[in-house]
Amino acid sequence: MPINTIDGYTFTVNDEGFFTNREEWSEPLAEILAGLVGIDDLTEAHWAALRFMRDDQAKTGMTPTLRRMQTQGKFDVKELFTLFPGKPAKKMSYLAGLPKPVGCV
Amino acid sequence: MRTVPEGFILPNFGGPATTRRSDVETEAQPSAGGYSGPRKLVLICSKGNLDMAYPGLILANAAAGEGIETHMFFTFWGLDIVNTKTNADLEFTMIGNTAMHMSDLGNIKPGLEHWSMPQWMGRLPGMTKLATSMMHKQIADLGVPTVPEFLDLLEAAGVKMWACRMSFDMMKMIEADFHPGVQGVISATDFMELSEGAQTLFI
Repeated sequence: MPINTIDGYTFTVNDEGFFTNREEWSEPLAEILAGLVGIDDLTEAHWAALRFMRDDQAKTGMTPTLRRMQTQGKFDVKELFTLFPGKPAKKMSYLAGLPKPVGCV
Repeated sequence: MRTVPEGFILPNFGGPATTRRSDVETEAQPSAGGYSGPRKLVLICSKGNLDMAYPGLILANAAAGEGIETHMFFTFWGLDIVNTKTNADLEFTMIGNTAMHMSDLGNIKPGLEHWSMPQWMGRLPGMTKLATSMMHKQIADLGVPTVPEFLDLLEAAGVKMWACRMSFDMMKMIEADFHPGVQGVISATDFMELSEGAQTLFI
């Protein structure tokens, strides 16, 4: 499996580039990765979404989809699209150190 | 935006999220009339049966989540999907559907879950209601929203919805009945402009 190195942090990824081990993630690393995906600054609103993703994934073993973020996490979908523009679910799962979501809805 | 270090594998997030069609169009080289902007999807929803509403809704949701510019065009019976007077009550009928199986029958006798139910059963009184409520349950079990809720989700995700002018006039609808996500009632010519360069699916 490929290993990514940035600013002294190393983490294992799959062929696509997503984390394969959530324990290799840390908050300072997420701040650095945010810069790579076009998010200059992780605000408290960003962190709330990322923390929910990690907590939920720890419970279910699955990265939540946007729909689950809405129903279980009570997040506003429109706001998530603003916070993580383009591909919100993929960006969130990446910055939360998780695999990309696999659910259809 | 920070540059990606050498040897670093970054998932494809579709480039800068601020890229808009107009930005790309100015950079694009003149081609033989082909479209060279970012990916765009148009779904034509023409059916008002419950089972035919979901394919469009699910694909639109997936496309929007991938940052794809997504439009839905509702025509003929498909208008029932965005009509708030009807969209909570879409039905599923097994009549005309020879692929009607019941997975629960496998519990009675293995193999029976692949058995196609005979068409006459679909004509029994109350069968459409029963089949509809079973499908609602199966959809809810998967955590998939109902049709009205799904439209709310799509609207929040930035999907643009349009109603067909001719069907709208023919069915004597009023705009006030539409889900708020519907942007307007448009003609076939408007649709041609809207769908320029888009991948188009007829459902």
